[in-house]
Amino acid sequence: MNFSELFKLSGLLGRFSPDGRCLASCVQYRLVVRDVSTLQILQLYTCLDQIQYIEWSSDSLFVLCAMYKRGIVQVWSLEQPDWHCKIDEGSAGLVASCWSPDGRHILNTTEFHLRITVWSLCTKSVSYIKYPKACQQGIAFTKDGRYMAVAERRDCKDFISIFVCSDWQLLRHFDTETQDLFGIEWAPNSCVLAVWDTCLEYKILLYSLDGRLLSTYRAYEWSLGIKSIAWSPSSQFLAIGSYDEKVRILNHVTWKKVTEFEHPATIANTKTIVYKEVEKSPSVETERLSFPPTRALASSLFSTQSKYDISQVPVSLQYIKPVADRANPKMGIGMLAFSPDNCFLATKNDNIPNAVWIWDIQKLKLFVVLEQLCAIQSFQWDPRQPRLAVCTGNSKVYLWSPAGCVSVQVPVEGDFQIVSLSWHSSGDSMALLSKDSFCVCYLEREEV
Amino acid sequence: MGDWNTVTVPVLSSDSKNIFQYTSGKKLSPPNMNSQVLRLPLPSSKSMHSFFSAFCTEENIEQSISYLNRELTTLGFPSIYAESKGKELNLISIINCMNELLVLQHKNLRAQEEVEMQHLKLGSDMDHLQNCYAKLKEQLELSKREIVGLQERDRQLQSKNRNLHQLLKNEKDEVQKLQNIISSRATQYNHDMKRKEREYNKLKERLHQLVMNKKDKKIAMEVLNYVGRADGKRGAWRTDKTEARNEEEMYKVLLSDYEQRQNQLLVENAELKKVLQQMKKEIISLLPPQKQKPKERSEDGPVLSDLEEDIGELNKENMWELSCETVREQLTNSIRKQWRMLKNHVEKLDNQVSRVHSEALNEKDVISREDHELETEKLELEIQQCKEMIKTQQQLLQQLMSPCDDDTTLLLQDCYLLEERERLQEEWRLFREQKKNFEKERRSFTEAAIRLGLERKAFEEDRGAWLKQQFLSMSTDYKHSENVTTPSAFLGSSDQDNRLVKSASQQRKPHCKLSGPVSAEPRQTSQYITRNSSSAASKKPAGDSKPNQWVESDKEETE
Repeated sequence: MNFSELFKLSGLLGRFSPDGRCLASCVQYRLVVRDVSTLQILQLYTCLDQIQYIEWSSDSLFVLCAMYKRGIVQVWSLEQPDWHCKIDEGSAGLVASCWSPDGRHILNTTEFHLRITVWSLCTKSVSYIKYPKACQQGIAFTKDGRYMAVAERRDCKDFISIFVCSDWQLLRHFDTETQDLFGIEWAPNSCVLAVWDTCLEYKILLYSLDGRLLSTYRAYEWSLGIKSIAWSPSSQFLAIGSYDEKVRILNHVTWKKVTEFEHPATIANTKTIVYKEVEKSPSVETERLSFPPTRALASSLFSTQSKYDISQVPVSLQYIKPVADRANPKMGIGMLAFSPDNCFLATKNDNIPNAVWIWDIQKLKLFVVLEQLCAIQSFQWDPRQPRLAVCTGNSKVYLWSPAGCVSVQVPVEGDFQIVSLSWHSSGDSMALLSKDSFCVCYLEREEV
Repeated sequence: MGDWNTVTVPVLSSDSKNIFQYTSGKKLSPPNMNSQVLRLPLPSSKSMHSFFSAFCTEENIEQSISYLNRELTTLGFPSIYAESKGKELNLISIINCMNELLVLQHKNLRAQEEVEMQHLKLGSDMDHLQNCYAKLKEQLELSKREIVGLQERDRQLQSKNRNLHQLLKNEKDEVQKLQNIISSRATQYNHDMKRKEREYNKLKERLHQLVMNKKDKKIAMEVLNYVGRADGKRGAWRTDKTEARNEEEMYKVLLSDYEQRQNQLLVENAELKKVLQQMKKEIISLLPPQKQKPKERSEDGPVLSDLEEDIGELNKENMWELSCETVREQLTNSIRKQWRMLKNHVEKLDNQVSRVHSEALNEKDVISREDHELETEKLELEIQQCKEMIKTQQQLLQQLMSPCDDDTTLLLQDCYLLEERERLQEEWRLFREQKKNFEKERRSFTEAAIRLGLERKAFEEDRGAWLKQQFLSMSTDYKHSENVTTPSAFLGSSDQDNRLVKSASQQRKPHCKLSGPVSAEPRQTSQYITRNSSSAASKKPAGDSKPNQWVESDKEETE
């Protein structure tokens, strides 16, 4: 594993281009585009204000930079650095901005979710979508980029509109039986749309592409409901993580629950492997100490190495009960992710913030638990193989694969608290992001 | 004899203890007898005498005798008078009467004893019964009290149960109430939310109007030049045609997805059907041949024939892979039947096995199991022994093969060294002895050689002298003939002289050679040579070389 040096970053805005050749990062109001293999700066753009959001177009030719405070979106071209485009929402304000799948339209959500404006880079036409819903995931594109589902709310009722992305024609418009729609997500096969309700109601609705209600699923009443969902890459399974610390898996044939995964604080099953991160203090060879101490030596002296030990079952994990009188409590299944080969599901129970649970989907059983020393910040699967990268807010990156797991210390000087990570589309490298810097980690093919 | 007073009767009654009803006896009681008979206690001799003296005194002998006679006759005894009147007593009849009276007395005593015994027994029985009665009364009391206690407890538990039920009901009611409260609150919140949302929407509309009215010139897009579409085509108008096309495309997408799923399900179905068929065949093969035992399976008879028909049909039909309802049902039903039969069969086998366990009727099986167990024990023992042997062998091997600690190796080496040293010492001794022998021999040889040389010298001198004489004699005889032979002799003598000289010089050589360099090292025993034995080794080759060289010199001499 090779690590690059640290580069400046702001706002956790570090993105690989979809074709995998470039890496875009933001430093305050500058957009820096680097080459992935050499990390040399290819382009440098300056925006009008502090950038809050960047996104690559699907063909990797353009990058949009959104500045919410000023209500401006600036688009830059990689082919022609002189080309510029500025979209000003003016007094309408800007809350969110994203690309359309064809890479030629920009969808801006104005303040108070008054409307969604579809700006076209090809023509002078502008489209408006009225009454968009102010929720977390109100816009969803299908994987093949043909259709877009928008959640709307009129007269205190939720609706879904399905648009054809090629000409922005409204295909279907139907109402949903939700109290207060919280999110929508397409299945990877683009034929089923999952719509789920607010956490006050456990309800998930499945609609077909043409607007028919396929099925409704309710696990229980009154307690806090769905926290997160994830589709399996083959669209076979829908994993629903809820506030009662369980993940329920629905199958695509009958849309009925196949199994429930529980996340108890004590793991008793002997077939589960529990990897526990332990610190090992580095051994200092007194003969090698030199004065004045070299930088590498200094950093290695103070950085604590860690490795994984296999704990003997039964293992009891650190369980945190959140305060009962706050909204959006830190409990339940907050993170869900399927591996790209559909074999594993990684989950995180917010009540047990230091552990990542990896489930074997073929056997529908708990396979591995990774117990870390610090709280899990984020994890992401390698897009090509069943390899999971985890970061916990320290300067180590953890990799798990069915062959084993490894903890790697990022060899950088000073503080580097990895808060987020993102894989390159080829699975050969990974960007590790912290609050004010980032570095790129290159993995060799045979590793882990 | 005086008057015997009838007052003796109350005296006797004071002595007696018990009053019995006289009932038994053979020579008994004339009807006018008193029912009460006084029990006479066995009197002491004193009282006896006093009693006797009281009854009959010297004055009233006649009266007492007539009284006795009267009493006896009334009792049925013969008279004691010799004749019917007169005063002569029939002694024999008196004695007989006395005897009879004694016998009667004995009988009466025995009867009394028996009666007393019975009396005692009855008394003890009564005591026992009274005790039992008392105990039973106590027990009855106790059990009554217990019953009362249990009843009380039962009552308490029932009341507790009722309380708990009540509590449970209360809790349930409370839960229901809370749920109702929650639902009512939820509807209230929803209603409020909706109201607020409507207000919010109104504000948004107003805001939207204001924003649009302002016609903010700022809301615009500045772009250097428009970019071409990603797919290279030009933009098209939105028409009904396009709408229809979009719908078509959407349905195509859905249909293709459904078709894909259906294909997957068909493939799965086909696989599962194959598996079921296989299972069915295997189950049929597992079941025992049913044609041999028609009696036991008479119930399955008709089912069998149906099944066989079914099997035949299904086999035919499945070749065409029909998947209509009836065929599917047939397949599943037939499998279920087969499975049930297999289950019954297995259960029967299990019962048989358990019966054998419990009854042990079939001796063969029992014995065979016992044998089997014995054998297994034997085998286990053997295995244990073999394992132990292997372990010991391994240990030994390890000891031999592995390099031990330095101490042991040193020790071992020292052992070897000691052995070798001893051997070497012996060999040195031998060599020394041999050396001595050789020295001796050499000395003897040299002496012998010297002697020989001297003798030769002398012999040569003699020979020379004799030849001289001969020559002189011959020369006197043959002065004119100067023989060639003498030169040979002369030469021979000179040769002999030379030889002598040579031998003399050769004699000296071994001496020189003896002190020569000690370079040759025989390698016979060099394997275990250590520092200690190096000096010995140096001596050896000298010893070895000596006889060789001496032999050489011998050879030279004999040439």
